[in-house]
Amino acid sequence: MGNESRTGHIEIRKLRKRYGPHDEPAVDDIDLTIESGEFITLLGPSGSGKTTTLNMIAGFVQPTSGTIRLNDRDLAEVPTHKRNFGMVFQNYALFPHMTVFDNVAYPLRQRRLPREKMRTLVGDILALFGLGGMESRKPDQLSGGQQQRVALARAVVFSPAVLLLDEPLGALDRKLRQSLQAEVKRLHRDLGLTFVFVTHDQDEAMFLSDTIAVFNKGRVERVGTPGELYDDPGTLFVAGFLGEANVFAGSLVDPTTYLWMDRKWRVAGPERAGDTVLVVRPEKVRVFDLESVPEGWNSTPAVVTDRSHLGAVCKVDMTFPDGSTGSATMPTDAAVTVRPGESVLAAWEPGAQAFVLPEQA
Amino acid sequence: MKASRSSLYAVVFLIALLVTVPTLFLIPMSLSSGTTFQFPPPGWSGRWYKNLVEEPEWRAAAVTSLKVAAMVTPLALVIGTCAAFGLLRLGRRLRTAGLTTLISPLVVPHILLALAIYGTFLKLDLSGTLQGLVLGQTALAVPFVLIPVLTRLQGYDKSMTSAALSLGAPPFTAFRTVTLPLILPGIVAGGVFAFVASFDELVIALLLQGPGATTLPVQMFNSVTEEANPTISAASTILVVVVSLVILLVQLGWIRTDQKAGIHGQ
Repeated sequence: MGNESRTGHIEIRKLRKRYGPHDEPAVDDIDLTIESGEFITLLGPSGSGKTTTLNMIAGFVQPTSGTIRLNDRDLAEVPTHKRNFGMVFQNYALFPHMTVFDNVAYPLRQRRLPREKMRTLVGDILALFGLGGMESRKPDQLSGGQQQRVALARAVVFSPAVLLLDEPLGALDRKLRQSLQAEVKRLHRDLGLTFVFVTHDQDEAMFLSDTIAVFNKGRVERVGTPGELYDDPGTLFVAGFLGEANVFAGSLVDPTTYLWMDRKWRVAGPERAGDTVLVVRPEKVRVFDLESVPEGWNSTPAVVTDRSHLGAVCKVDMTFPDGSTGSATMPTDAAVTVRPGESVLAAWEPGAQAFVLPEQA
Repeated sequence: MKASRSSLYAVVFLIALLVTVPTLFLIPMSLSSGTTFQFPPPGWSGRWYKNLVEEPEWRAAAVTSLKVAAMVTPLALVIGTCAAFGLLRLGRRLRTAGLTTLISPLVVPHILLALAIYGTFLKLDLSGTLQGLVLGQTALAVPFVLIPVLTRLQGYDKSMTSAALSLGAPPFTAFRTVTLPLILPGIVAGGVFAFVASFDELVIALLLQGPGATTLPVQMFNSVTEEANPTISAASTILVVVVSLVILLVQLGWIRTDQKAGIHGQ
């Protein structure tokens, strides 16, 4: 099934979609390159344009302008049924009047495969997905997880160039969701196929993806590996959407000094011009008694508002002097002495902070 | 809980009795040996059925009714189904306007419709013809198709079509193999309703009647006004049996296709 030479490479250039002449564009001039065999996630809140982009790749929605190329071929004139993309839908979209076998054989029938070959292929793929013996069941006789597996099997059985997944795990409960995430990840590794996955769940995106494209207001805000985006989010939106962040909007007084309220912090200086907001991930922040902050750390006074036990770690919520709120997550034993109402110093090593672009108006 | 349930059954049963029992009286009366609508019948005989078959105007009326209904049903099916698809593509305001127009035959008194159709068809030389009857009754039957098909389509998940397309089916194949089977119950129900609506329609048929264009209900109406004898009971019985059979057969067929689909693929 994993035919490397046919696996899709997608180039999106200046892609734009405006539904009505007076509407804001749903997708606004995006550029995106999807490498062959990559697992890319389009991540963003609802209405950010990620699903519209996926639908344009699939051919369900016509772009207003811009191009989508698959392996250097312009897809503008290629209708959905000739694109050879597998797609998994949020609600599975299994055909309820067909058996599991007929659902999975559907794409093979369209390709006029000989009967015997079809039987073998369907049998193999059902076995691969742990669905052996379910051939004659109807979709409504399957559990949610089984239905999702049938949907996946149906979408890959014909060796598509790309697999598109539109929030395929959104309808499942947390535990099943996690086990299917692992399955999707394994499937990607086994097939070597290009996966384009849409979700609004940042944890899911971090867990699954080689590359994440963060969508916001119809634009691609940032593209990178999960690690890159987490450590250097680039924009305030990404910092807040991908994990949590303590945000300090101050100003740079000189290349090594950042001024926030009356605090002067040591900085290395932002690498990109225009990045003026300092963010620190909660797990990099430690809470100290007044006076006992290690030498060289940046710190701010804070009042503890809450302390919650999350199992392996403990989360301490705080209010900073400017009235903004933030948090620190730390090993449970490091937090035992912290009490709500207490005044503390929240501190971090300068290397743990990052600079991002402020939110655009 | 249990008590309210059994009283519910009782109410439903009573209503069912109320609706069906008067109709069931027809059957013994049609088998009466007497010449009046006496109940219970003084004796039994098949003479009224014989009458029905042997008297040319009764036989012709039954054939006309079947012919008209057989033409109205496919016409109404095509128009109603296409209209349902079209309406769903319109914006909300246009859809409401279109739907209201198309189902107006359900609310406008049939005598008004019949008069309007009669007047128009006179000018078009369609009055008193089979074609005229078919056209007039099709207008009445369209809402009976439109409503169940539209309901079915509104419950239809469009991602089914998207899925079929993404799996390589050209648009028409996607329609034939996925959309159509899923909305078929709505279309079949619409077809049954359309057939029945035409088969027992009186008002339009009465105004548009002519030689060779007299339906069974019209013949019954005419014969009541002249001389009332149990031939009408026999005709009514036929009407009831045909209509019930159509509905019953469709339901039986439905169960069978379900079972077949369940076995398929093993």
